[in-house]
Amino acid sequence: MVSDSPKTEPDANPSPPLPHWPLRVWDLTVAYQQTPVLWDVAFDVPPASLVAVVGPNGAGKSTLLKAIMDLTPRTSGEIQVFGQPFSRQRRRVGYVPQRESVDWDFPVSVLDVVLMGLYREIGWCWPIRKHHQARALEALNQVGIADLAHRQISHLSGGQQQRTFLARALVQQADLYLMDEPFAAVDAATESAIVQQLGQMKQAGKTCVVIHHDLQTVPEYFDHVLLLNMRVVASGPVAQVFTSENLQKTYGGRLTLLEEVTTALRRREKTL
Amino acid sequence: MATIVWNWSFDGWMIVHAILCALSCSLVGNFLVLRGTSLLGDAISHSILPGLALAFWFTGSRSGPEMFLAALAAAVVTVFLIEGLRNATRMDQGAAMGVVFTALFALGIVLIVQVADHVDLDPNCVLYGSLELTPLDRWDIGGWLIPKAAVTLGVTLLLNGLFVGLFYKELLLTTFDSAFADSVGFSSRLVHYLLMILVAFTAVASFESVGSVLVIAMLVVPTSAALLITDRLGAVIGWSAGLAALAAGLGHVSAVVVPTWWGYGSTLTSGMMAVAAGGLLLLCGLFGPRRGLLVRWWQQRLFAAQVAADDVLAYLFRLGEQSPRDPATLAQIGHALPLSSRSLHRAVKRLCRTGELDGDESGYRLSAAGRRRAQDLVRSHRLWELYLVEQAQIAPSRIHDKAEAWEHVTDQTLRARLDQATSDSKLDPHGSAIPPEASERETDPPR
Amino acid sequence: MSLDCGWAIQGLAELGPVAEISGALWRLLTLADYNTRVVILGTALLGCAAGVVGSFTLLRKRALVGDAISHAMLPGLGLAYLLALAMGIEERSWSWLLLGATASSLVGTAAILGMRRWLRISEDAAFGIVLSTFFGAGVALLGVIQSLPSGHAAGLEGLLYGQAASLTWSDMGLIAGAAAAALVVSLLLFKELTLLCFDQQYLSTQGYSLSGLDGILMALVVMIAITGMQAVGLILVIALLIVPAAAARFWTQQIQRQVIIAAGLGAAGCFGGSVISALVPDLPAGAVIILVCTGLFLLSATFGYRQGVLWRLWRRQDWQQALARQHLLRGIYERLEVRTPGEIARAGAEASVTVEELLSLRSWNRRTVERVIERSQRAGLVTRIDGRVWLSKTGWLAARRLVHQHRLWELYLITHADVALQQVDRLADDIEHVLEPAVIEELEEILQQRGALIAECPHRSPESV
Repeated sequence: MVSDSPKTEPDANPSPPLPHWPLRVWDLTVAYQQTPVLWDVAFDVPPASLVAVVGPNGAGKSTLLKAIMDLTPRTSGEIQVFGQPFSRQRRRVGYVPQRESVDWDFPVSVLDVVLMGLYREIGWCWPIRKHHQARALEALNQVGIADLAHRQISHLSGGQQQRTFLARALVQQADLYLMDEPFAAVDAATESAIVQQLGQMKQAGKTCVVIHHDLQTVPEYFDHVLLLNMRVVASGPVAQVFTSENLQKTYGGRLTLLEEVTTALRRREKTL
Repeated sequence: MATIVWNWSFDGWMIVHAILCALSCSLVGNFLVLRGTSLLGDAISHSILPGLALAFWFTGSRSGPEMFLAALAAAVVTVFLIEGLRNATRMDQGAAMGVVFTALFALGIVLIVQVADHVDLDPNCVLYGSLELTPLDRWDIGGWLIPKAAVTLGVTLLLNGLFVGLFYKELLLTTFDSAFADSVGFSSRLVHYLLMILVAFTAVASFESVGSVLVIAMLVVPTSAALLITDRLGAVIGWSAGLAALAAGLGHVSAVVVPTWWGYGSTLTSGMMAVAAGGLLLLCGLFGPRRGLLVRWWQQRLFAAQVAADDVLAYLFRLGEQSPRDPATLAQIGHALPLSSRSLHRAVKRLCRTGELDGDESGYRLSAAGRRRAQDLVRSHRLWELYLVEQAQIAPSRIHDKAEAWEHVTDQTLRARLDQATSDSKLDPHGSAIPPEASERETDPPR
Repeated sequence: MSLDCGWAIQGLAELGPVAEISGALWRLLTLADYNTRVVILGTALLGCAAGVVGSFTLLRKRALVGDAISHAMLPGLGLAYLLALAMGIEERSWSWLLLGATASSLVGTAAILGMRRWLRISEDAAFGIVLSTFFGAGVALLGVIQSLPSGHAAGLEGLLYGQAASLTWSDMGLIAGAAAAALVVSLLLFKELTLLCFDQQYLSTQGYSLSGLDGILMALVVMIAITGMQAVGLILVIALLIVPAAAARFWTQQIQRQVIIAAGLGAAGCFGGSVISALVPDLPAGAVIILVCTGLFLLSATFGYRQGVLWRLWRRQDWQQALARQHLLRGIYERLEVRTPGEIARAGAEASVTVEELLSLRSWNRRTVERVIERSQRAGLVTRIDGRVWLSKTGWLAARRLVHQHRLWELYLITHADVALQQVDRLADDIEHVLEPAVIEELEEILQQRGALIAECPHRSPESV
């Protein structure tokens, strides 16, 4: 899976190889006011994988997730979620927005926030029942903050806020999760809790697409990586994109890695 | 001197109407405030003017369903114009609101001047309403003479209650996190429009009977006050309803009573209700448990006193490490600590009272209980310093202030965890010994 | 001295012939009459100052502060009236009433700032609270006044709806003075106010007092509101603070120009409104001024350069068409580039592609492709013969250039992933104008290593058919 032009895969055949791949994106272009944010982005996400979306600030990572969920109008391109448009597969997608996107002074408790993940299942106008609360508590338990269930959200630390969001995604019982920077500014304990959750989700056959800002931890936490910089710089299994030789260099710096990776890619292209 | 005039069949109904209006406004107002569109009520109260003028122009009557429908239409148009302007131009919400309602208001004034040639249509009646007149206009319902306003406001309250009850989840979700709401298929835009249209309906239904002042106030003030008291949405809704009803009652009473203090007759009730709501907000601002100023001021004072006492104890403990058993004078302590002499005096006095400090003017020394508390404080301080250097790699020159701030809030469990997290070093980064946990060793409770 | 300016209304109502009206218009526009001159110039100056101050409140995201402040004047007016009555001062004395209005709106301002700071109440809620409670107090006071046997609020009602036509020379002097003062203050503090709107955190790290500057800005709003109240009324003065500033946003994104344009629009709106209301009978001046301002706003919102709705729509369409054309040209080129000899033999026509081939290249539908082909054909880039699409000579050159640019950009994004992305303008024809020469050289080198582009069209082109 290489950067160059999205449609140069050998068979330029629009029918996907596996009809139920969690996520397939072709030629996605998104522009805010004539300024392109995403440019001919194309990639596939295989089932039961943990995909890190990595790229510099302003590379369009959040926009990519929003475009996948039709929250942002796209200029061109096509997106399929489990072989169908997103609107048909909504219930199979769970979204973890950026922590900063909401007002944490809002008068709700942690449990209330987690219950929001069940609203779709409960449906318009129907009230929340006891068993819903039990499920929300169970999800809180999974992320290790069940004791905070009745606390107001402004009293949470950054890591606890993130775990709340993660719990909300967990109760959705989706098959594809889109997470916007879940590791941003969280404590080490939360980070490892999230990683553990991701592992369990993968075990359960779920797919997670996670925006990540720390290249160093990519090989440790994820099995696939999508290097995004307005367009797809590289994507594929971590083992291929991050060669062991590169990994050693990785720890020198952060963004130089993008260069390292691409030179590695270029080398690979030549040998092909 | 003016006398207080009170008539239950009259004032009672006025209060009932005001409470009905206040309740329905505060119900939807909760979500307006949380969405940051508090001023929508004000905008609508001005922007319905052209609707009223047009209806008047065509029907020639000052009341009736045409007026109501025209005002409602104008209010809904306002909502859509504001949203449309925002979407088309990506303007700031407040600016879009301001442009739309002032333009419509100006249009309304021009129209009214045109029709006012024929009949008297006072723009003021739109702005001020007249709660005073509501008990007079009655309908005969099954033999009971019920004021018309009670019926319309009751229906409005019922509608608002139904809406908030049925769509509570959706309102909560779209208000808190609209992107997530859209991602799971609850259209935040749809909910927004529903809410805005309901606000428009509530406002117009209330203007007709009780005037706009009450509406504008009850949409914003009770919720803002409730947010100072509680941090749960359910409780906010409850508190705001209670405060709104209370403000309505208090407002009416004060409208009748307060002007008589200066020898005037009673005044317009709706205005005083808004003032009463503001007064309640002020009380919540001062005494509210969540952000109340007095509460916070008192807590800060208590904490400052604790810090001062802690500092005195810790200073005496450190002094004791160098030259045991030497008492320290007040001047000596004051010289070493950055405390005002007043707070120093107060801290020492309190410590003597609790028995943590022994001695008098000539010199103070730690009692057994004081020593334990001081020892734990110093232990906290030095453990933090060790932790900061070892775990967070912070230069030893920069750790003191942090440890100084944190020692006051570090309890025994936290110290135990700190102890585990740090190495077994017996010395802190500055070379002072880390004292052992005091409360473990000595089990006798402090006096 | 009360010079009644309603002459224009009364006079013109009796005038029929067009010639006389145009004569009156001429007199108005040349400001031949002393009274008109006073009213028109005074309101214009007011509009100018309101535009400047409004620009700052708009950029500070406090557009509705004027709403709260102007409503907060009401209890001051009522109290001043009652006090005047009690102390036996001539109760309609303007300056006395204005003093009361100023005092109570300053109290309202302080209440807003205090609630923001100590109770952490959100901005709009603080505006709503001050607006409604102060307005409620005002209504209650007016109720008291109305119930007095001697008093009636007639003098105060004028303030609600403005009375530009009956302004006196001394009123105008006050308005002009205050507007000029507001202008001077906001120009003197231009830097600081700009910083306040742009980055308040930075401002406070620089040692400025945040609440102090906020207080100054609010005091400017109070000044405009007080003076504007006389001319256009308590409520419509809000519009003067919002509408010209919001309209100016559609013309520029630079704060200096924003302020100048807003001042100009405010002055023009007030000028136009006063002229119209003086010409046409039965038009309240305040409302007309606001409607003229709103008209200017709508014009700006629609036609504003760069930010206006039409401009943005047009740009977007233009951008999308250019994008589609690029996709087409690049698609054809890249299709030809990878074509094997066997394919060429099968296809029979080497330098052309079928629509089906194009369809398979991207996720676009047939209608889009057909439309793009048609537009490109009109532009002389491609020709369609027997269902096959050929690149023309210019089309070929353009396509080659595009592919080259595209690959350079792509390489740039890959090799300089950490560099500011704002530099990337994928529709810019000349990458050379955007990037450093050294960078381009480096990129070209890599591109060469990867394999050069097809030097020239190796196939028959339609021109030679």
